[in-house]
Amino acid sequence: MTITIGIVIGYLALLLTLGLFSSRRSRETSEDYFVASHSIGPFMLLMSVFGTTMTAFALVGSTSKAYVEGIGTFGLLASWAALLHALSFYVVGLKLWAIGKRYGFVTQCQYFRDRFESPAIGYLLFPILVGLVIPYLLIGLLGSGRVMAGLTQGAFPELFEGGAIPPWLTAGVICCVVLLYIFFGGLRGAAWANTFQTLFFMLMGLVAFLLIGDKLGGFSAATQAVMEVSPQHLAREGMMKPVKFLTYAFIPLSAAMFPHLFQHWLTARDARAFKLTVVAHPLCIMIVWVPCVLIGIWALGAGVDLPPAKSGAVLGIMVNMLESPIMSGLITAGILAAIMSSLDSQFLCLGTMFTNDIAVRLTGDISDRQKLAMARAFVVSIVIITYLLSLANPVKVFELGVWCFSGFTGLFPLVVASLYWRRVTKAGAFASIAVTAISWLYFFWRSGYGHTEGLVMGAMPVTWIFLMAAAALIVVSLMTQPPGEKTLAKYFPRHG
Amino acid sequence: MRKLVIVLVVLLMILHQDFWLWDSKTLVFGFMPIGLAYHAAYCLVTAFVGWLAVKYFWPHSVDDLLVVGNGEERQ
Repeated sequence: MTITIGIVIGYLALLLTLGLFSSRRSRETSEDYFVASHSIGPFMLLMSVFGTTMTAFALVGSTSKAYVEGIGTFGLLASWAALLHALSFYVVGLKLWAIGKRYGFVTQCQYFRDRFESPAIGYLLFPILVGLVIPYLLIGLLGSGRVMAGLTQGAFPELFEGGAIPPWLTAGVICCVVLLYIFFGGLRGAAWANTFQTLFFMLMGLVAFLLIGDKLGGFSAATQAVMEVSPQHLAREGMMKPVKFLTYAFIPLSAAMFPHLFQHWLTARDARAFKLTVVAHPLCIMIVWVPCVLIGIWALGAGVDLPPAKSGAVLGIMVNMLESPIMSGLITAGILAAIMSSLDSQFLCLGTMFTNDIAVRLTGDISDRQKLAMARAFVVSIVIITYLLSLANPVKVFELGVWCFSGFTGLFPLVVASLYWRRVTKAGAFASIAVTAISWLYFFWRSGYGHTEGLVMGAMPVTWIFLMAAAALIVVSLMTQPPGEKTLAKYFPRHG
Repeated sequence: MRKLVIVLVVLLMILHQDFWLWDSKTLVFGFMPIGLAYHAAYCLVTAFVGWLAVKYFWPHSVDDLLVVGNGEERQ
């Protein structure tokens, strides 16, 4: 176990070195800190966008969900995400990048304020976006803690209760590493680190898949073992209903409103940089999710016996079965890489939002150096707050993620309408945001604060949140005064 | 081509609901449940449709993206 932990620590040190090295390329301006001076090319954009969207939710959550609900887990999210993420990048991301670059926006609130001619909309959106990103951050910290706890079960009986490295320690170390490289390197540091981490976790995911399959006597034997103990996990009948399977489609639409993704889009050097992301993102999803789902169901055949509430430890336990300290260390480092490649961007986007949407607006004109210092101070504060929140150890990773995504999806009609519908109004936007917030809170409360999916008539609550938000947007917009000509000319210029 | 890509995207949305494989436990290559293999292949087809979109209607410039009536088909 010492070798395994040593490899994980070595990986973290390597990552830190890379992150700090990339910060030497930093131009020490706020534009470089927030959007890497719009200089990121196609490959790094793909890696950072993919790495950012794949977190503990994709690795730990998918394995755990497959262990509980079977192979349908892939169709619930991965294949929907393959299609709808790529579509969102094309339809929303590309256009927001163009607008952000032309008018100098670095946060969504800045864009919406200008688009709807309303400073107030920024103050309304800000707490909602922050409130939705923080649970998303928690997913990463909780996931890392649970993987390490699963991996080190019984290894350190003299040091920790239960012999496993406690989640608070893993989360603390992860926070410190991520904080260090984004503190100095900003989004440029995050993009470099993400590229390295995404390649590493994809490779390690494949290696884990091959080795675990081999350990279980080969792929066929591993699946046959599941066929014997729990054949229902190999299909969807009895595991989930078609309506739920269909309405999970609304979840990946959330990507269009992720603040951290918005910020990554803005780093693109030019529109062409998006091409590779649109094409390769679905392939990357397949490469990561298929092995995770198979490992999740194979755990049943391998005799892993956990209650659903503890299923987050499945991946760690399966890796531990390899009994090879070196491979266990590398694969665990790969899992942590996936988690950290999201955490960095999320921490940074919150720092960016606090700086630009609140602090700068309240303090008035400040120098670029002051803005940079402020952003760094906010990033440190957010890391500390999130770490403290993670100590409460809330609900299962997958469910927490789904609730968080549901909120972002409620804002999807708003962002699409703002880009493509001239007639959408400020009042319509306010109504849509309010309906999203109220309906989300209602469904979240109804689900026992995220302890269940809270299906309504068999459909995911996100379906109703989305439909109500869209209806409020359309109805109120049609009943109220259209935006001014100046704004329309700015956002919907005509040819010639 | 633009219309074809839009039709393909809509078709992909419909094909996601593979109800005909709902209770099938058939294994592809001896280890992959067919419900999983189908959705893995779905990701490949999605990437192909993305490639068509990128190849046949991609904006020339920032102006192309911002001007109304943008994204016209190009060869």
